[in-house]
Amino acid sequence: MVNMYLEMIRIRFLMMLAYRTNYYSGILIYSINIGAYYFLWTAIYGGQESLGGLTVTQMTTYVAVAWMARAFYFNNIDREIAQEIREGKVAVEMIRPYHYLTMKTMQGLGEGLFRLLFFSAPGLLIVWLIFPLDFSASAWTWFTFGLSLVFSFVINTQLNLMTGLLTFFFFNNDGLIRAKRITIDLFSGLILPISFYPGWAQTLMSYLPFQAISYIPSMIFTGAFSDAEVWNGILLQALWSVVLIVPIQLLWMLAKKQLVVQGG
Amino acid sequence: MYYFSILWQYTLQYMKTRMTYRVDLFVELMSDLLFQAVNLVFILVVFSHTPLLSGWSREEIMFIYGFFLVPFAIFAAFFNIWDFNERYIVKGEMDRILTRPIHSLFQVILERMELESLFGAITGLAIMFYAGSQLGLTISWYDPLIFLLMVLGGACIYGGVFVSLASISFWSDSRTDIMPMMYNIANYGRYPVDIYHRVIRFVLTWILPFAFVGVYPSAYFLGRQEWYVYAFLTPLVGFIFLSISVWIWNQGVKRYRGAGN
Repeated sequence: MVNMYLEMIRIRFLMMLAYRTNYYSGILIYSINIGAYYFLWTAIYGGQESLGGLTVTQMTTYVAVAWMARAFYFNNIDREIAQEIREGKVAVEMIRPYHYLTMKTMQGLGEGLFRLLFFSAPGLLIVWLIFPLDFSASAWTWFTFGLSLVFSFVINTQLNLMTGLLTFFFFNNDGLIRAKRITIDLFSGLILPISFYPGWAQTLMSYLPFQAISYIPSMIFTGAFSDAEVWNGILLQALWSVVLIVPIQLLWMLAKKQLVVQGG
Repeated sequence: MYYFSILWQYTLQYMKTRMTYRVDLFVELMSDLLFQAVNLVFILVVFSHTPLLSGWSREEIMFIYGFFLVPFAIFAAFFNIWDFNERYIVKGEMDRILTRPIHSLFQVILERMELESLFGAITGLAIMFYAGSQLGLTISWYDPLIFLLMVLGGACIYGGVFVSLASISFWSDSRTDIMPMMYNIANYGRYPVDIYHRVIRFVLTWILPFAFVGVYPSAYFLGRQEWYVYAFLTPLVGFIFLSISVWIWNQGVKRYRGAGN
C-alpha cells in the first residue's frame, strides 16, 4: 500500500521532470517578483530600523523565503479534482484500490518535491546572490523551518482538497477556486506578514488556518520568532492538520452520495 | 462598420451565455472584487506603519492603483489571450480562425472576451474618486477627455505586450510561462518608479512600458509636474506598441503552418 503511494509521488515527479524547461522561466518569475518586493520594502522602511517586529533585512528575507516556500506547498490539485469530477473520471478513480484523496495528495507532494529541488533551491541561490538577504540561519533553524514547511504543505493541500470536492455540489467552481487562492495569498502572510496587520485583524486571523501556511515557516526562517513562538507555531500547524481532516471526510462522504455519473 | 456589427453580435451572444449561469457570474465578480481588494489592503496596511513612501502619500498611491485598475479592466476584458498557445496553436483552433474573412486577431479577441472584467473599472473609478477627494484634487472640463486618452493608451500598451507574446507561438509552439511572468512585472508599474533601481525604471519606461499604465498618467492628475512629459506620452506609446504587436502578429500568421494533422 505504502509502496503504491510512493510510486505515485515518483511518477508525478518524473512527469514534472519531462516539462522542466518551463521551470527555468519560473525561477525568473519568482526572482523578479521578489526583486519588486525588495525595492518596495526598502522604500517602505525608508530610514526606519524595524516595522512589525522585523528589520528590513529580515523583511526581505521573509519575502524571499515565503515565495520560495510557496513553490513547495502550492499545487493545482483543486483544479485537477474539479476537472476530474466534471469529466466523470472520478467515478473510475473511486473503484480503484486506493483512496482517491490520498492519491491526489501524493501527486501534489511529487509536484512539490520537484519544485523544491529544481525551482526553490536554484531560485533561492540566485536571489541570495543578487539581493542582500540574511540566510545565515543555524542548522536548528533550518530543521524547524523544514518541519514547519511539511505542515504548510499538508494544510494547503487539505484546503485544496476541500475546494476541489466542492465541485460535487457546485457544477462550476472556478470562481471559488480563484477566491480561495486570493484568500490564502492575503491571510497566509505571503504578501504581508501577519504582524503588520492591525490588532483586530491579527486576532481574527489567529482563528483561521491560513497563517499556518506561510507566516509561521517564514517567521521561523527569518529568526524573528523566539524559541517558544517557534514551537507554538509548529504545534498550531499540527493542530490544524488534524482538525481539517474532519470537514474533508464529511465532504467526501456526502460527495459519494451526491455522485451522478453521466454516460459511460 | 462591419467589424462593429460583428463585435455587437458577439457581445449579445456573450451576454446570453453568461446570463445562463448567473451564480457562476456572481462568484466570478466577487472573486474579481476580492482580487482588487488584496492590493488595496496591502497599501492600507503598509501605510499604517509609515507616513510616506519615498515622498508619496497613502492617498496618492491609492489614486495610482485606482487609475491602474481602469486600463487593466479594459485589457482583461478584451485581451484575454494568455492561453493562446495552448488553445489555438496546440489544439489547432487557429486553422478554423484562418478560414474566415475577418482579421484573425480580431476573431481571437472576440472569442476570448470576458466582459465582466469591465466591472473592475468601476472599482478603479471609486478608488480614484475617494483618493482624489481626500487629496482635494479639482477636475477641469478637459480632464475626463485626457483621462480617456490615457486609459486607452494604457490598455493598448498592455494589449500590445501580450499580443506580441502570444505571437511567439507562431514561431515556437513549445509552452512557456512568460505570460504569467508579465502579469507580475506589470504590477511594478503601480508604484512610483523612482523607488526602483534605475535599470528597472528604464525597462518599465521604454522596453516593457508598464509605468505608462499606472504611475506616469496618474502623475498628471496628481499634479506631479516633473513627470508631465511621460504622462502625455501615454497615448502615443500605447499606439506604437499596439501597432508593433499587430505587425508581429501578421508576420506570425504568414508563417503559420498548422499543428494538427
